[in-house]
Amino acid sequence: MSAPLLEVEGLRVRFGNGTDAVRGISLSVGRGETHCLVGESGCGKSVTSLAVMNLLARGAVRTADAIRFEGRETADLSDREMGKLRGDAMAMIFQEPMTSLNPAYTVGSQMAEVMVRHRGVRKAVALERAAFLLGRVGITAPGMRLAQYPHQLSGGLRQRVMIAMALMCEPRLLIADEPTTALDVTVQAQILRLLQELQRELGLAILLITHDLGIVARMAHRVSVMYAGRVVESGPVAELFAQPTHPYTHGLLACVPVPGKIARGAPLGSIPGAVPKIGPGFQGCAFRERCEHAMPACATGAVPGRERAADHRYECHLEPGWTDRQAAEAAA
Amino acid sequence: MRPAIEVRNVEKVFRQGTGMFSAPRFVRAVDGVSFAVPQGGCFGIVGESGCGKSTLARLILGLHPATGGDILVDGRALGAMHRRERAKLIQPVFQDPFSSLNPRRRVADIVGMPLAAQGIGGQERRTRVNEMLARVGLSAEQGQRLPAQLSGGQRQRVAIARALVLRPRIVVCDEPTSALDVSVQAQILNLLAELRRDLGLTLVFISHNLAVVEHICDEVAVMYLGRIVERAETDDLFSRPAHPYTKALLASVLTPEPGLGIPDVGLGDSYPDPANVPPGCRFHPRCPAAQEACRSTQQTARNMAGRTVECMLAESL
Repeated sequence: MSAPLLEVEGLRVRFGNGTDAVRGISLSVGRGETHCLVGESGCGKSVTSLAVMNLLARGAVRTADAIRFEGRETADLSDREMGKLRGDAMAMIFQEPMTSLNPAYTVGSQMAEVMVRHRGVRKAVALERAAFLLGRVGITAPGMRLAQYPHQLSGGLRQRVMIAMALMCEPRLLIADEPTTALDVTVQAQILRLLQELQRELGLAILLITHDLGIVARMAHRVSVMYAGRVVESGPVAELFAQPTHPYTHGLLACVPVPGKIARGAPLGSIPGAVPKIGPGFQGCAFRERCEHAMPACATGAVPGRERAADHRYECHLEPGWTDRQAAEAAA
Repeated sequence: MRPAIEVRNVEKVFRQGTGMFSAPRFVRAVDGVSFAVPQGGCFGIVGESGCGKSTLARLILGLHPATGGDILVDGRALGAMHRRERAKLIQPVFQDPFSSLNPRRRVADIVGMPLAAQGIGGQERRTRVNEMLARVGLSAEQGQRLPAQLSGGQRQRVAIARALVLRPRIVVCDEPTSALDVSVQAQILNLLAELRRDLGLTLVFISHNLAVVEHICDEVAVMYLGRIVERAETDDLFSRPAHPYTKALLASVLTPEPGLGIPDVGLGDSYPDPANVPPGCRFHPRCPAAQEACRSTQQTARNMAGRTVECMLAESL
């Protein structure tokens, strides 16, 4: 197996106010693979993606054992060198296309800028590629759209423009942070389908950040579940959804109403309490306050990493068999 | 028994573009909507942004006057009711518990406000506020905090307590869980279901999340560009959607089941604009089944095996 496209090891991010947003996580994204980073608000998933791109706000301190992109260490690159990678070999799309597009420039000029800057081509050449890509992402009459401003486009169109813009320099890695959260459900399905098509066609690797377990199930090859700055469980998608083993993943999946699966009005599973704030010196498992299986050991030291199956890992004191035991008890 | 809410042919037209030199544009946000919700029922309204579902909620709450049609709450015309009387009957819970609570007021004051407006004060107000806080799972100590000191889920509990403190019969929830995390959403949905059962509440539940609506509603209306295009009992709607738009909406629900892929919803890339409603069937520019006649024929609501559908082709699809 060839080396993964992106390898992150021991990534930590601390904010100036003493919050540990990311606490030593590792993940890898293979070529042509979709890796979903899933978790609730404040779990550190967006911070992780920004840290990989080195786009963190001032006051945030990033440390990592390694952030390798195409085998090359990027953690110690200068801003200038990192700037050459961003928008070129690695591109990013954000949740709110209205705020990430510049309202004062036409679609064409901001799309062309990316390529003029990275490839040094003439603007006319860049505009030609922009028109081609707008067509590719399913926008009719690309020539007309190039001359329009972002406010003249609907939310779905704007997100298509963002995707086309990210593809200008043929990136190998696309980081998508909640790309469809601001969109209607039918448009969401269209955009996600488009991402899958583009991935197949261009061999794109996608790091997809989302809170929506439905999107994870349908898009991911690999999943990392984040909670309070740690990856608490990770594995191949089918395996992880079939055998959720960390109590958080287990609880999270029980919270989602699925049409036809849960009787109307029957209570949904829910996780009591809320995510704690984690500061320096925090010990033990961050989920213990909300966990029905919490034991004294959970409050001290590090939480052991365990293996449920090949390539399916989780961080918990519970043995992998606990879910089966619980299922057996429920049946009895 | 008379229905808790009866909406008859209601419409709401907004005037847009009030520039001095531009001609005014009119947006028919709600255009001829009718339905009834029985006492104790839970009526869901689904649709995409701009379909008029939130405007409809505001009309039912009496926050906007309707420009046409009748709204009866508990058999009485909403427009003829005094504000204080209306408040005792019907109350809202809104989407964003960050902006719907006054950040400078303590939680107990926020929950007590509807009581104060009714002239209820002193010990009775304090008792009822504390009872209500306990009922939604908040402590009296949390009642002394400011909204900023609470989590999103706790704030939505405050909004629910405020809605219920006058013991209304009807609660209109407009996207009550959309701003919340999944685990907290489940807590709030469970709470609403429990309160509905214990207090005999009638719920109008507006959401863009079909899985949530399926889970708690008895009957569901699907809105598109200001009209209800299909209305049916939840099971019928979800197992046998009749309108092509309902089908597309249901197809786009992404359940957490790996291996199913992303569905092709079969809608074109044109988006609906409420200020510029297409002639004929308003869904025809996006409809995969549209025929020539759909471009010119105005659709009307028809009964079809116990449901209401606005599509001339529904039987043949």
